[in-house]
Amino acid sequence: MASSIRVRATANGDTTEVQALIQHPMDSGFVKDAQGNLIPPHFIQELTFEYDGKPVFVADWGPAVSKDPYVKFAFKGGKKGDDLKISWVDSKGATDTTTAKIQ
Amino acid sequence: MSTTTREFSETRRLVLKGIGVTALIGLGVMPFDVPRALAAANDKYPEDAFKQKSEADAIKALYGRTAEPSDKVKMDAPEIAENGAVVPISVTTTLSDVTSISFLVAENPNALAASYKIPAGTLPSVANRLKMAKTTNVTAIVEAGGKLYSTTKEVKVTVGGCGG
Repeated sequence: MASSIRVRATANGDTTEVQALIQHPMDSGFVKDAQGNLIPPHFIQELTFEYDGKPVFVADWGPAVSKDPYVKFAFKGGKKGDDLKISWVDSKGATDTTTAKIQ
Repeated sequence: MSTTTREFSETRRLVLKGIGVTALIGLGVMPFDVPRALAAANDKYPEDAFKQKSEADAIKALYGRTAEPSDKVKMDAPEIAENGAVVPISVTTTLSDVTSISFLVAENPNALAASYKIPAGTLPSVANRLKMAKTTNVTAIVEAGGKLYSTTKEVKVTVGGCGG
């Protein structure tokens, strides 16, 4: 199954730069559909990046994060070929996890 | 020839996007009191802070204190956002011992948009994309060494993105 998470992690000197793009509707609960019914809120609440068993970046998100969210950060350490684990939990309890190789 | 065609289709796409988002504004007053259906709330997730409507209340719920403006917090946000549904905003700081970075949009239904925990070893710099209901101030809070530092910038929104 194709993952909802697309990650590019690039080791550059002593830091690793991470860019992630996640496919998610991020419905805020304030938008109506074509029939005029409110689309219930459905958004990612927690997004965690783990390297070497430790979290290197944790995002707590509200519904004001754009649809198909994008985030970029960098951390010290990380070598080419190492694994970076990414997982998210949304407001309906759904989750997804993927592991990316640092390039 | 081919350039013209591409330009045309790009314009068309922009126009279509504009119509879509305008339809959202057409809803008029946004229902501010929609109950949040937050399921399976993790105790680490600052659910309460995300529910606060005003910026000050959200900061208080999240950190329990107030922030002081600092020129060491640099925010990169557009002067004018064409599409309020996707506003690219990034923050970076020269402060040390940063433990978290948060983004607030003052006049969104709920001010707090995103909060990032920065463990030791992670650089104090984050880029993300936020929704903005209308022209308003965007505030970035940096928690460093147990203190809060902030910077604020007004972003003009030409086509509001109240959610969409």
